[in-house]
Amino acid sequence: MSYLIQGETGQWEVVIGLEVHAQVISNAKLFSGASTTFGADPNAQVAFLDCGMPGMLPVINAECIRQAVKTGLGLNAKINRRSVFDRKNYFYADLPLGYQISQFAHPIVGEGTIILDLKDGTSREVGIERLHLEIDAGKSLHDQHPTKSFIDLNRAGVALMEIVSKPDMRSPEEAGAYLKKLRAILRYLGTCDGNMEEGSMRADVNVSVRHPGEPLRTRCEIKNVNSVRFVMQAVEIEAMRHIEVYEAGGIIEQETRLFDSNKGETRPMRSKEFAHDYRYFPDPDLLPLEFSEEFVAEIQAGLPELPDAKKARFIGDYGLSPYDAGVLVAEKETAAYFEAAVEGHDAKAVANWVMGDLFAALNRTGKAITESPVAPENIGKLVDLIKDGTISGRIAKDVFEIMVETGGEPAKIVEEKGLKQVTDTGAIEKVVDEVIAANPEKAAEVKGGKEKLLGWFVGQAMKASQGKANPAILNEMIKKKLLG
Amino acid sequence: MSLDKATVRKIGFLARLEIPEEDLEGLAHELNGILGWVEQLAQVDTEGVAPLASVSEMKLFWRKDEVTDGGMPEKVLANAPDAADGYFLVPKVVE
Repeated sequence: MSYLIQGETGQWEVVIGLEVHAQVISNAKLFSGASTTFGADPNAQVAFLDCGMPGMLPVINAECIRQAVKTGLGLNAKINRRSVFDRKNYFYADLPLGYQISQFAHPIVGEGTIILDLKDGTSREVGIERLHLEIDAGKSLHDQHPTKSFIDLNRAGVALMEIVSKPDMRSPEEAGAYLKKLRAILRYLGTCDGNMEEGSMRADVNVSVRHPGEPLRTRCEIKNVNSVRFVMQAVEIEAMRHIEVYEAGGIIEQETRLFDSNKGETRPMRSKEFAHDYRYFPDPDLLPLEFSEEFVAEIQAGLPELPDAKKARFIGDYGLSPYDAGVLVAEKETAAYFEAAVEGHDAKAVANWVMGDLFAALNRTGKAITESPVAPENIGKLVDLIKDGTISGRIAKDVFEIMVETGGEPAKIVEEKGLKQVTDTGAIEKVVDEVIAANPEKAAEVKGGKEKLLGWFVGQAMKASQGKANPAILNEMIKKKLLG
Repeated sequence: MSLDKATVRKIGFLARLEIPEEDLEGLAHELNGILGWVEQLAQVDTEGVAPLASVSEMKLFWRKDEVTDGGMPEKVLANAPDAADGYFLVPKVVE
């Protein structure tokens, strides 16, 4: 499915690459022993190194190295057993060192791949260019004072993984799918919590356009886009801007821009006049980062099952469609719930209940699947009750709603509320006779050839049985009574 | 390599140093002297010699992932020219 924009000078293709900053899950910062916990009092989690005090030296956190390697393995990427930390020099109020410790020429992780699951059920591969470790900057608050900015350095020094894609995406949907898939992989691995609201994951989006078949044109980088939806919007808006400029005879300059979701526009960052000149050089305070093949192998051995493998297993073992399997593995909590529910039950039916009624109920009540009032094993039990004929599919919907309200066990609810399906032909016959006796004119019409009314009788009789009559038996009985 | 006045002005800007116009010429001369001195190293034949990261025979030390620092906002802010409510206060910088 290709995404092309029709302009006045022909069709335009959009070329997108993403740089994602993912905060590493660790107790302490990348080079200091200060805590990384979110939401502490301002500047309460700052070591002297983090605020640029003279004479302080960085010492690398082993866990952050492990997390970066683990992420690299999860992205099927080349692990560089020797990498180098560099200083990226620039001045900003939230960067007290005057430089960011990052990796430039020799990153810890090299090329890899990520598989996108698209809406139409197809998959597409996107290349990973590199992953490197670096420190985060502090946080500025600009709305606290008319002439001052407030600076909190708690985040300064926290480990980030910058994950750079190749310019392989061609539509807003693919950019969104990439971010979603990357987030899922990081969360499965437990290397980043993927919480975009708290800023644990932020994306810089590179966009350019060209006529199909042309070489790449100039790109613009849109900084710090913080949700999947905004990434998709920013791509669309920036691509349109490029096309308008080109078609009006203008040129696009390579620059850094900001996305304003309220106005639906991108605009150049003011600092662009200070064209960035980072003067990277190897950090003299840090020796090269080196580790053994065994170190990597040990991490590899401890990798959890990732979304792609899980999806393949759901398709193979449970006979689910690629689309259903994709939905169920997108969040690791959903996959865990499904696996707990499906054990020993009809997988397709369980999948339908989870993706249909359960998702709807969670949406309605604003709950996460981990807080689901319905225990996963109760979904399996409900499916069994339908399968063995204890309740009808229609009654099951009612039972499910009671399960959502009370958290009860389905068999118990059916018992207590007397919802068991009536399969006793004597009892069903009694109900049918009553309905026919109460509507002699309509019964005569059916006998006179108006068979459409049969459905009406079925509905009435089902209502009279409070929905409990076995639909197959009921249908058969009404046909026999009225048509002979 | 030879630095002109414009390059010296740019270096000054990148380092956030305000250099008076009349000092640029002299600084360019001084910096050129330093560069020339360092450039003598290029006379050494380093063909086939791997870059050296450090002269000490040391490996990068790895720390355990434990919280051992922080929790001293008053010390962190002690030298700040301006502070309030636990924050550093700086002239407003907005994108």
